[in-house]
Amino acid sequence: MKPIIDLINVDKSFGDVKALKGVSAQIMEGEFFSLLGPSGCGKTTLLRTIAGFEDLTGGVVLIDGKDMEGVLPNNRPANMVFQSYAIFPHLNVGENVAFGLRRKQLSLSEKSEKVKEALDMVGLEGYENRAAHTLSGGQRQRVALARALILRPRVLLLDEPLSALDKKLREQMQTELRRLQRQVGITFILVTHDQEEALIMSDRIAVMFDGQIAQLDSPFDLYTRPKNREVANFIGIMNFLPGSASQAKKGFLDVTVPGLGEITISEDQAPAGVNGTQVGIRPEMLTILLDAEQTSDRETPGKVLEIDYYGDMSYYSVAVEGVTDPLSVSMRNTAGRKALNKDDKIRIGWSSESLILLD
Amino acid sequence: MKKIMNSEGANGLLLVSPTLLYAFLLLAVPIAAVVTFSFWTQNYLDLDTTFTLDNYRAATEEPIYRILLFRSLNISAIVTFVTVILAFPIAYYISFFVPQNKKARWIFLITVPFWTSYLLRIFLWKVILGYNGVLNSGLKGLGLIEQPLTFILYNMNAVVITLAHAWAPFAILPIYVVLEKIDRSLLVASYDLGESRIITFLRVTLPLAFPGIVAAAVIVFIPTIGDYVTPKLVGGPSGLMISNMIQLQFLKANNAPLGATLAILAMISVVLTLAILWLFGKFFGWINRNYLGILR
Repeated sequence: MKPIIDLINVDKSFGDVKALKGVSAQIMEGEFFSLLGPSGCGKTTLLRTIAGFEDLTGGVVLIDGKDMEGVLPNNRPANMVFQSYAIFPHLNVGENVAFGLRRKQLSLSEKSEKVKEALDMVGLEGYENRAAHTLSGGQRQRVALARALILRPRVLLLDEPLSALDKKLREQMQTELRRLQRQVGITFILVTHDQEEALIMSDRIAVMFDGQIAQLDSPFDLYTRPKNREVANFIGIMNFLPGSASQAKKGFLDVTVPGLGEITISEDQAPAGVNGTQVGIRPEMLTILLDAEQTSDRETPGKVLEIDYYGDMSYYSVAVEGVTDPLSVSMRNTAGRKALNKDDKIRIGWSSESLILLD
Repeated sequence: MKKIMNSEGANGLLLVSPTLLYAFLLLAVPIAAVVTFSFWTQNYLDLDTTFTLDNYRAATEEPIYRILLFRSLNISAIVTFVTVILAFPIAYYISFFVPQNKKARWIFLITVPFWTSYLLRIFLWKVILGYNGVLNSGLKGLGLIEQPLTFILYNMNAVVITLAHAWAPFAILPIYVVLEKIDRSLLVASYDLGESRIITFLRVTLPLAFPGIVAAAVIVFIPTIGDYVTPKLVGGPSGLMISNMIQLQFLKANNAPLGATLAILAMISVVLTLAILWLFGKFFGWINRNYLGILR
C-alpha cells in the first residue's frame, strides 16, 4: 500500500486561533480513514485543507505525491460529501448527480448512462427525474454520494455525513458506506465525532484533540491500547485508577493500585512511551459475580450504588473500598440473570490481563 | 356552525377579511367601473350607457394610441432591463460581501432616496440633466464637451434614467432576499465538483436567484407602464406615454369612456407581455434541458 495523502506538519490559524498545530499523517490508498474528535478539535478544518477550501498557514499537503499548494478545490482529485449534503435545489436528482460531468466532454447519452450507474451504486435506481425537494434525508445523502463518486475521485472526503440522520438510518448507512468503499476502492476520509461510527467503519482512525492528532491506530488498537486518558475517555468508557508501575522481571511490570492491590502485567499492556501513572480498565472487562459464582482470576468486594438500564445491558456504578471513584461495570442482561438492586453487596471479578497502563 | 367558526380556515378568513374588503373596494370595484365605462359613450356632458365597442375601435385604429402604447411598453421594458441589471450587482454585493452585522445598515441606506418625495426627486433629475444642469456644466467645466448634451432631457432617455433610479430599491430588495436564501455550501459544492467561480455563478447562483430577478422585473415593469408624472415632467413630447393620454382623456378631453378603454388595453398588453415572456422562458428551459444542454 502506498500513501495517497501525505500531511506534513500542517498548520492552520484563523487569526489568533490555532486550529491545526503541526498535524502529520499518511493516509493510504484505498483505506477507510476517520478523523475522530470532539467539536472544535480541528478535524473538519483538516478535511477542508485537504479539499482545498482552506489555505495552509504552514506545512505541506501532498495528494498522490503532488504538492497541493495553490491548487484550487476544483482541480484537486478529491471530492467532498457535505454535512448539509448541498443538493442543488433547482436541479433534479439526475442533474445533481451529473453536475460534475460538464467538464468531461461526454454526450448526453453517455452522461445519463453514468448517472444511472452511479444511482444504482447508491441504491437509488430510477430516481433520475425526482425533484430534489421530494427526497428524504437518507436519499439526499445517497445523491450527494453518487454525485461525488461519479467523478471517480482519488479521495472522497465525508464531513459528518451521517450526523443529520436518525439512529436506525445512521446504522444502516454506516454498513452501506463501508460496503460502497470496498466496492469502489476509493480512499474515504470520514470526519466524525461519533466514536462508535468511527470504530465500525474505519480501517484506521486518527483521534484529534486541540488541533493535534493524539493517536492514530486501527480501531482495535485504539480501543484496547489507548495511549492517554483523553483518548481512552473519548473512545468508549474507561475506569481510571491511580497506580504506579515498576519493572519486575523481563517483559513484565509490577503495578500497585490502591483498592485492587499489587498486580503484575505484561509489558504490551503499556503502550510505548507511557510512564504508567494510571491504570485503566473497561466496564465490560469487569464482571459482577453472583452468589457462589467463582472466577479463576481475581475478585474485589463492592457495593452497588447506581444502576443504568439499557435493555440489552446494564451499567452498574460500584463502590470499592480504597478506590476513590466508583467503578463502572457493564453486564449483558442474559437469560436467568438475577436482577440486582441498589446497595446490594457484590463481588467484582476481573483479570490482570484487562488492565492497561496510561498517562 | 360553532365548528366552522373555530376552524383554522375561518380564523384565517377572519384575519384577512379587513384587507380583503379593502382590496375589493379599492381594486375590484374601480376595475369593474373602468371596464363598464369602456363600453359606454360620452355625449358632451352626459354618458350614453348603451353597450358599444366604438371606443375599442377608435383606440385600435387611431395610430396615436398605438404609438403611445408601444412606446410605453418599450420604455417600461428598457427601464426594467436597466434597473434589474443595475440592481443585481448591488444586491449581490450586500448579500455576499457585506459582513452579516452590517447588512441591515446597507439595506437602510438603500431606502434613503424615499425620504424625499417622488416629485422632488424628479425635479432633481431635471436639475441634473438639464441644458445648464449639473451634468452638462460639470462636463463642460472639465472640457469634455463643448455644447451641452441635449439627448438626456425631455425625451425617452430622461424618462428611462429617472424611472430606473426611482425603482432601483424595489428591484434590489427581492434579488437580495433570494441571494440571502442561497445555501453557501451549494457554491462550495460546485467548486468541489470542478467548476470555477464564474461557471458556478452561472450554474448555481443565477438559477437560484432567478425567482427574485423575475419578481424584481415584474415589480418594476407593471407600475412603470402606468407612470405619468415622470414622462410629463422630464419626457418632453417624444417621451409621453399611454398614461399621459389616459389622463388627458379623463381630465382634459372629458372622454372618460375612451380613457377607460385605453386603460384596459394597457392592462391587457401588460398581462400579454408577461405571459409571452413566461412562455418563452418555459420553452427555452425545455429546449435547453432536452436538446442544447448549455451548462449541463
